[in-house]
Amino acid sequence: MATTFRSGDVPRSASQAPTGGEYIADRAFRGLAMAAAAFVIFLLAYIFWEIGSLAAPAIQEHGAGFLTTAVWNPSKGEFGILAEIWGTLYSSLLALFIAGFFGVGVAIFLTQNFLHPRLAYVFRTIVEMLAAIPSVVYGLWGIFVVIPAIRPVANWLNETLGFIPFFGTSLAGPGMAPAVIVLAIMVLPTVAAISQDAFQSIPYKVKEAAYGMGTTHWEAILKVLLPTASGGIFGALVLGFGRALGETMALAMLIGNANQISLSLFSPANTLASLLASQWPEAGAIEQEALMYAALTLLAITILVNVVGLMIMNLTARQHVT
Amino acid sequence: MSGRALFGTTLGAAALLVGTAAEADERLIGSGASFPFPLYATWFQAYSAATEGVTIDYQAKGSGAGINDLINGVVDFAASDAAMTDAEAAEVEGGVVMLPMTAGEIVLAYNVPGVDALRLPRAVYPAIFAGDITKWNDAAIVEANPGVELPDSDITVVTRSDSSGTTFVFTKHLSAIDEGFASKVGEGKTVEWPAIPTFVAAPKNDGITAMITQTPGSIGYIEYGYAKLTGTASAVLENASEQFVAAGDEAGKAALASAEFVGEDLRVWVTDPADPEAYPIATFTWMLFYADQDDTKAQALRDFVDWAVTDGQAMASDLGYIPLPETVIEKVRTAAAGIQ
Repeated sequence: MATTFRSGDVPRSASQAPTGGEYIADRAFRGLAMAAAAFVIFLLAYIFWEIGSLAAPAIQEHGAGFLTTAVWNPSKGEFGILAEIWGTLYSSLLALFIAGFFGVGVAIFLTQNFLHPRLAYVFRTIVEMLAAIPSVVYGLWGIFVVIPAIRPVANWLNETLGFIPFFGTSLAGPGMAPAVIVLAIMVLPTVAAISQDAFQSIPYKVKEAAYGMGTTHWEAILKVLLPTASGGIFGALVLGFGRALGETMALAMLIGNANQISLSLFSPANTLASLLASQWPEAGAIEQEALMYAALTLLAITILVNVVGLMIMNLTARQHVT
Repeated sequence: MSGRALFGTTLGAAALLVGTAAEADERLIGSGASFPFPLYATWFQAYSAATEGVTIDYQAKGSGAGINDLINGVVDFAASDAAMTDAEAAEVEGGVVMLPMTAGEIVLAYNVPGVDALRLPRAVYPAIFAGDITKWNDAAIVEANPGVELPDSDITVVTRSDSSGTTFVFTKHLSAIDEGFASKVGEGKTVEWPAIPTFVAAPKNDGITAMITQTPGSIGYIEYGYAKLTGTASAVLENASEQFVAAGDEAGKAALASAEFVGEDLRVWVTDPADPEAYPIATFTWMLFYADQDDTKAQALRDFVDWAVTDGQAMASDLGYIPLPETVIEKVRTAAAGIQ
């Protein structure tokens, strides 16, 4: 509220009606904010409409079969993205599982007085810097460092525990496991940063009350603070998942780009974003339509994940009193 | 400085400006194939430097994208490893002149620790890429390589993840020599490789090269120039005359010599050369020009083609490409007159 005192004026009380100027400014700001919000919705709808109309011929041609077959053969005009949908969800979920575990761990470590505040600040900056590394650098690092490093472990697991479906194949080079490890590192800063905010926004009195009841440091963290911050942490996971679904370059370099569906962590796979990136430059007209259909599917999956995430978050938020 | 001298200097500078502007007017823009890019980049740089007033810019977007650019009229010329189909050419008003400008070989680069030389018979390498032979110590490979210690490990096959002219030429050759491959995989710029865990894909020629150097037990197909540049070992292949031939200048020339041109059409694929000296997988790569454009541009393009088939060919072998045979150069010269 712009309440200013000018010399000679009688100070206006807070309950006084706004002046004409204030009223207009208020209205203008409201209109601007509404327009900005409407623009975002319009933009999303426009992107959907544009991609949808480009994909329309492919949707008519292939129908739902596009989503349930695993084949990509432009010369025969056969397209299906089941393997890519599987690869996208499988890699993102696994990466989120790892990034969630470490991200929340980092958040607890940096916000719950384990470190001197100045040192914690340095650590936080370093974790956030992970987000600034370009995707292609992660991809190269994956090829030259991660793959050679995990290959012996992976092949040992395959030889000794090969009867478990997750270790069912040997790791030749690129595959699900290196892709997931790199993806987890790429998602980590998002999860860690937002989880830290969630912990920091817990009112101090909650912590004091917990200690007041005689809890230890760890009991307070695990039984009081973690549940209280769970809404924010969940939000962090949803955002991290969204990032993982759309990640392109590093995955295109690491996942092996093979049209296969396998539970094995060591077999090559493919993702929707990687398919789009690798096929688009030389695609003919019919293939472009199919790729647009794949893009539409990716968009739908991402939005679905966010909507479901928000719904679960709202549901759980009601159970907490902060 | 007196006013008169100043005036003179200004006039001189203005004349100089006008002069350079008029001479540097001819700026040619092309786009297309990445397969011959290392050679084209060298050509355009050398030609632009040697020729007063002509600059050529080239973007290696991929053959398909180059063809689209030519059809949409946003470039002065395009390049493609698969030339242009008649249907595509029909979309260009006034017609298209397609000229083979250079040629390359596709090699099977491999990484098997301890194996410095590898011979792959005609029946074996299509079977590897069809997923029928999956171990390095398969009886068929061992038999062709006496005295070579082959490991009991899986063959990791690295293919292209993006649509590619290299894949087109390679699968065309494999389909031509092996019926099993033709029915199982087929030919095209993108094909459906066998869905087994030992088949992985990497983007572009350099992506495959990097993947092979990083993965023991792998094999993949790349342009000869990339293998030469990175020092990656490549297999010696058996050709149609049952001779084992390594990729190289002479073997490539021998392969191209078998190309049979029919009439005016310069689109010919060497799917399976019969010459005993010939390396089995070689291909021309084309530049595509409008048959009809403004006269100065046409003149500049004809001059460039003339330069490329003479001075330009001399640069080819250093970069791992095959200089065009004399007979082909003659045909290109004749056909270039069609650029008007």
